[in-house]
Amino acid sequence: MQADTKSTDSPPSRPSIPRRFERFFINLADVAAFVGRFFREALLPPYEFKEIIRQCYEVGYRSLLLISTTGFITGIVFTNQSRPSLTEFGATSWLPSLIAIAVVRALGPLVTALIAAGKVGSSIGAELGSMNVTEQIDAMEVSGTDPFKFLVVTRVLATSFTIPLLTMYTIFVALIGAYINVNQNEQTSFTSYIQEVFGAITYLDIFMSLIKSIAFGFTIGMVGCYKGYHSSKGTEGVGKAANSSVVTAMFLVFIEELLSLQIANAIRGS
Amino acid sequence: MDELVIDIQGLKKSFGDLHVLRGVDLQVHRGENVVVLGRSGTGKSVLIKIIVGLLKPDAGEVRVLGQDVTLLRGRELDDFRQKVGFSFQSSALYDSMSIRENLEFPLVRNIRNLSRADINRAVEEALDDVGLSQTINQMPSELSGGQRKRIGIARTLMLKPEIMLYDEPTAGLDPITSIEINNLINEVRQRTGASSIIITHDLTCAKTTGDRVAMLLDGTFERVGTFDEVFADPDERVQQFYNYNFVN
Repeated sequence: MQADTKSTDSPPSRPSIPRRFERFFINLADVAAFVGRFFREALLPPYEFKEIIRQCYEVGYRSLLLISTTGFITGIVFTNQSRPSLTEFGATSWLPSLIAIAVVRALGPLVTALIAAGKVGSSIGAELGSMNVTEQIDAMEVSGTDPFKFLVVTRVLATSFTIPLLTMYTIFVALIGAYINVNQNEQTSFTSYIQEVFGAITYLDIFMSLIKSIAFGFTIGMVGCYKGYHSSKGTEGVGKAANSSVVTAMFLVFIEELLSLQIANAIRGS
Repeated sequence: MDELVIDIQGLKKSFGDLHVLRGVDLQVHRGENVVVLGRSGTGKSVLIKIIVGLLKPDAGEVRVLGQDVTLLRGRELDDFRQKVGFSFQSSALYDSMSIRENLEFPLVRNIRNLSRADINRAVEEALDDVGLSQTINQMPSELSGGQRKRIGIARTLMLKPEIMLYDEPTAGLDPITSIEINNLINEVRQRTGASSIIITHDLTCAKTTGDRVAMLLDGTFERVGTFDEVFADPDERVQQFYNYNFVN
């Protein structure tokens, strides 16, 4: 429904500054309406459980290999890069604590979100953009299925559920990578490493990391769906939708990271 | 054939400064095939998208099967759409689904408590009707343009609509495949008794499938009648259309 709210192609002329402001606020209102519609349709039955599970599989399982590799490498590289500074102060024994805090608080969620924005966000943007161009979204609508509920709600919920799980997995893999490096260089035992790691992090760190990941997942899914759903007609529109899904999602992820840092610091300080 | 299934009065639709439909009137009777002809960008597809509620008109009345389409919302609109099939120009098959899943989609989404056996039977019958039983497990990307059109029509017929809307059914197809699609449109009417609006540029399609032809010129239906009546008109725009298709 509400197909008439979809954007139509605008003329290619360069708009004046007031016109740009006007367009900016119109777009902002459009985004707000899109997000509002998501919450309305996500809460109201019928629920698309089968499609949500299928999308979770698409988002999660298909990203696993890439996430495993990048998480593992991140753990090794971060450990290796941090060692010289700590060695200078004779504090290499703090390496597991440093790694744990960095990986749990920032690197795990951020690396997962950036990988997901590239792989999942672009895929959602391109898929929905292509469906829009080839009238598949209209076809779904005229066959009595709400395409927003079936395509958008399911994908956004899938990314919001799955990216926190992937984040926990990335943290685990990064800590394993870091352990291998620490074990090789400092001959630290696994038990001692684990004790150091869990001694350094708090429940607040894990909680904040999870909340942040849910926000990242929601953002990546929402941006991909919005860009794809509103893509302009033509194959160029599909490419633009995929590209701007990645760029916008990554930008918003960094903004959210900054906000969550401030919130976590405020909580720790209180 | 007297019962009106589509009654459009004074329909207007603009996109910004572009006035596409400027007061369109059209009536379609039960079991009748009406062909809408016109140049590209004259609003032919817009007309049928309004009929099925994909676009909202700026003014005018659109009554389909006794219901004012502009007033339908939510569940009412979904129920209405089950009675109106829409065959898209691009076929609009779901790329990520097999042909079987494409055909099952409208059934499983709209009719609850159907057994697996019932669904399988309906899908096999639909494919049999369009002569493409062998494609059941293929993906849309593996099919030719003509096959995709046929599957698109078969999917539209899964819910046994009372009205069929065809958007450029023969666009981009070779002459032999176009003839097959024209025959299929006529078969659908004979088999289901559905009324149809067929949007096309193809005069062979218009002549073969249409009981009446409506020519969209400058945002209104200036010529409506049988094929021969419309093209007997000496209007230069009408004759250009005819000559391009049948003389060149």
